[in-house]
Amino acid sequence: MRFIVRRLAFYLLAFWVSITLNFLLPRFMPGDPVTRMFAQAANKMQPHQIEQLRQLFGLDERPIWQQYLTYVQNIFTGQMGVSISRFPTPVSEVIGSQIGWTLLLGGTALVIAVLIGNLLGILAAWRRGGVLDSVFPPILVFVGSFPYFWLAMAALYLFGVVLGWFPIRHAFDAGMTPDLSWTFVSSVATHLFLPALTIVLVSIGGWMLGMRNTMIATTAEDYILMAEAKGLTNNRIMFRYAARNAMLPSVTAFGMSFGFIVGGALLTEVVFAYPGVGYQLLAAVQGLDYPLMQGIFLTITAAVLVANFLVDIVYVRLDPRVRVS
Amino acid sequence: MSVTNPSETVALATPDAPASAPASTRRPRRGLLRGILGNRKAAFGACVLLLFGVVALAAPLLAPGNPSLITAIASQPPSLEHLFGTTAKGQDVLALTMHGARTSLLVGFVVGAAATLVGLLVGVASAYFGRVIDDLLSLVTNVFLLIPGLPLLVILAAFLPPGIGTVVVVLIITGWAGSARVLRSQALSIRSKDFVAAAVVTGEHPLRIMFREILPNMASIVMSTFLACVIFGIGAQAGLEFLGLGDASVVSWGTNLYWASNDGALFTGAWWAFVPSGLCIALVAFALAMVNYAVDEVTNPRLRTTKKGRTRA
Repeated sequence: MRFIVRRLAFYLLAFWVSITLNFLLPRFMPGDPVTRMFAQAANKMQPHQIEQLRQLFGLDERPIWQQYLTYVQNIFTGQMGVSISRFPTPVSEVIGSQIGWTLLLGGTALVIAVLIGNLLGILAAWRRGGVLDSVFPPILVFVGSFPYFWLAMAALYLFGVVLGWFPIRHAFDAGMTPDLSWTFVSSVATHLFLPALTIVLVSIGGWMLGMRNTMIATTAEDYILMAEAKGLTNNRIMFRYAARNAMLPSVTAFGMSFGFIVGGALLTEVVFAYPGVGYQLLAAVQGLDYPLMQGIFLTITAAVLVANFLVDIVYVRLDPRVRVS
Repeated sequence: MSVTNPSETVALATPDAPASAPASTRRPRRGLLRGILGNRKAAFGACVLLLFGVVALAAPLLAPGNPSLITAIASQPPSLEHLFGTTAKGQDVLALTMHGARTSLLVGFVVGAAATLVGLLVGVASAYFGRVIDDLLSLVTNVFLLIPGLPLLVILAAFLPPGIGTVVVVLIITGWAGSARVLRSQALSIRSKDFVAAAVVTGEHPLRIMFREILPNMASIVMSTFLACVIFGIGAQAGLEFLGLGDASVVSWGTNLYWASNDGALFTGAWWAFVPSGLCIALVAFALAMVNYAVDEVTNPRLRTTKKGRTRA
C-alpha cells in the first residue's frame, strides 16, 4: 500500500511539472510566438475568447503567481482555451473527440507488439543459437531502425497506393456513422491494420531482445536446473518457471513504452491522416495553434501517467517482494 | 525507432543479472578495443558508418552547389543523369540525400555526445553523493523519463525560434534522462566497490574519484549509452522535421521526407523521393545498433551466441 501511495505522489509531481512547464513556456520564450499567433487569429475571435487566451498565455498584467493559480485551476477544470486551427471549438472538445482513435491505434499496436515480441524472446532464449535466435534479432533490429513515420509511408505506398489492398486514409469509410454494426467495425479494422502494423514492426524487436536477454539470465538459475531434474515438461519449465520470472522487466517497460508508442502513433497518424490527436497535432503546428499543442501535450502526459499507475498496481500483484518492503 | 527513448535500447540490451564465469570461451582475454574490432557485427557497423561519414564530408565535392536549387525536370524517376531521380520541384534527390547526411549526422552526434555527457554528470554525481542529492536527481530523471517524448519535443520546438540550434537543444532536454538512469545504476554498483571506499578514505577529491576512479570502469556502458543517444538523436530529429518543426530550408534527411510528403510523393508514385532518406536513417541507426550489440557482447560474454546449440547441459 505504501508503494502505491508513493507512486501516486510521484505521478502527481510529474503532472505538476508538466503543467508548470506548459505555464512557463509561453511566458519566458524569446521571439514572442504568442503575439504572432494573436496577429493571425484575433480578427475572427470574440472579445471574451481573446481575453481567455490572453490569460492563458500571460498577456494580462496580473502578478505571475496569480496567473499561475488561475492557470492550474483552469487545467483541472478542463478549460484549456479555444483551438485556433479549429476555431471556435474549445481545445478540450477537439481532443476529446480524437483521443479515442489515438488510444485505439496505440493500444492495439502496443498489446500486439508486447505479446508477439515477448513470445519470440522466450522461444529464442530457450533455443539459444536456433533459427529463431539467429535469424530474427538482426532482421527486427534492422526494421526497428526505420523511423515510425517512414515505415508508415512505405507501407502506405506499397499496400495502399500500389497494391490497393488497404484504405489509405481516415479511420473508417466516408459516409458511415459510428455504431456497433458489423460493417462499421470491420471498416475500422481494415483502416487500423496498416498503421498498427507499422508500429508493431518497429517496436517488436526491442521487446524480443529484452525478453531474450532476461530469459537467458533466468535460465541459468538453479531452480530451472531443479525443475529439469524433477522431470517437468519443457513447456512447463519454459513458461511457468523461466518466463514467469523473466517477465517483470517487461511489465515495467510496458508502462514506460506507452509514452513512446503514443509518440510513434502521433507520427503514424500524420502519414495515414488517421483522425487521432497526432493528426490534429500537425494541423496545430502548421496553424500556430499553441493552445491545442499544449492541450495535446497535457492530455497525452496524463494518459501516460495513468497507464504507468495501472502498471504499478499490476506489478504489486506480480512481484511479492514489492508488497513486503 | 524515431522517438524511442535511449534508455530503452540500453536497458534492454543489458540484463542486470550478475555475470557468472563464461564457460565455453577458450580464447585468451583481449583488450576491449581489439575485441570490438574483431567482432563481425562491429566491423559491419563501423564500415557503414565510415561510408556515411565520408559521403557527408565529401558531399560538396560529390554534388557541388546548393542541392535545393532546381536543376532538372520535376518528378523524374531514377535515370543515368539523376541516379536517384528528381523531386516534385526538380531538385536532384541524390544531392539532397548526400547533403542531408551532413546535417543529420552532425545533429545526431552532437545530441548523442551532449545527452550522454549530461546523463553521465547526473548519474555519477547521483551515485557518488547518494542520499538527498541522489533522491533529488533521481526524481528529476524519472520525471523526465515519464513525460512522453514527442509531445514534449513538439511544444518545446514550437515555442523556441526555429532552427538547427533549437532542434539540438530540444533533443538534449528530452534525451538525457534515459542515459542518466542507466549510468547511475552502473555507477552505483562501482561506488560500492572497495577501491572507491579506499579512495574516499585516502582523502581524494570527489571530482577525482568520480572521473578517475569510477568513470574509467564504466567505459563500455558509456559507449553504448552514447550510441543509443545518437540513434535517438537522428531518429527524433527526423520526426520533428517531418512534422515541420525544424528549419524547412535546411537540407537534412528529415526535411527531405517532410518535403516529399508535402509534395504528395506517396500519391504520385514518386517512391524515389522518400525512399533514399528513410533508408539512410535506418542504415545509420542499424549500424550504430550493431556496434552497440558488439560492445555488449564483448563486455558481457553470456550474450554471445554459441553455435553449438544451447549452452546448458
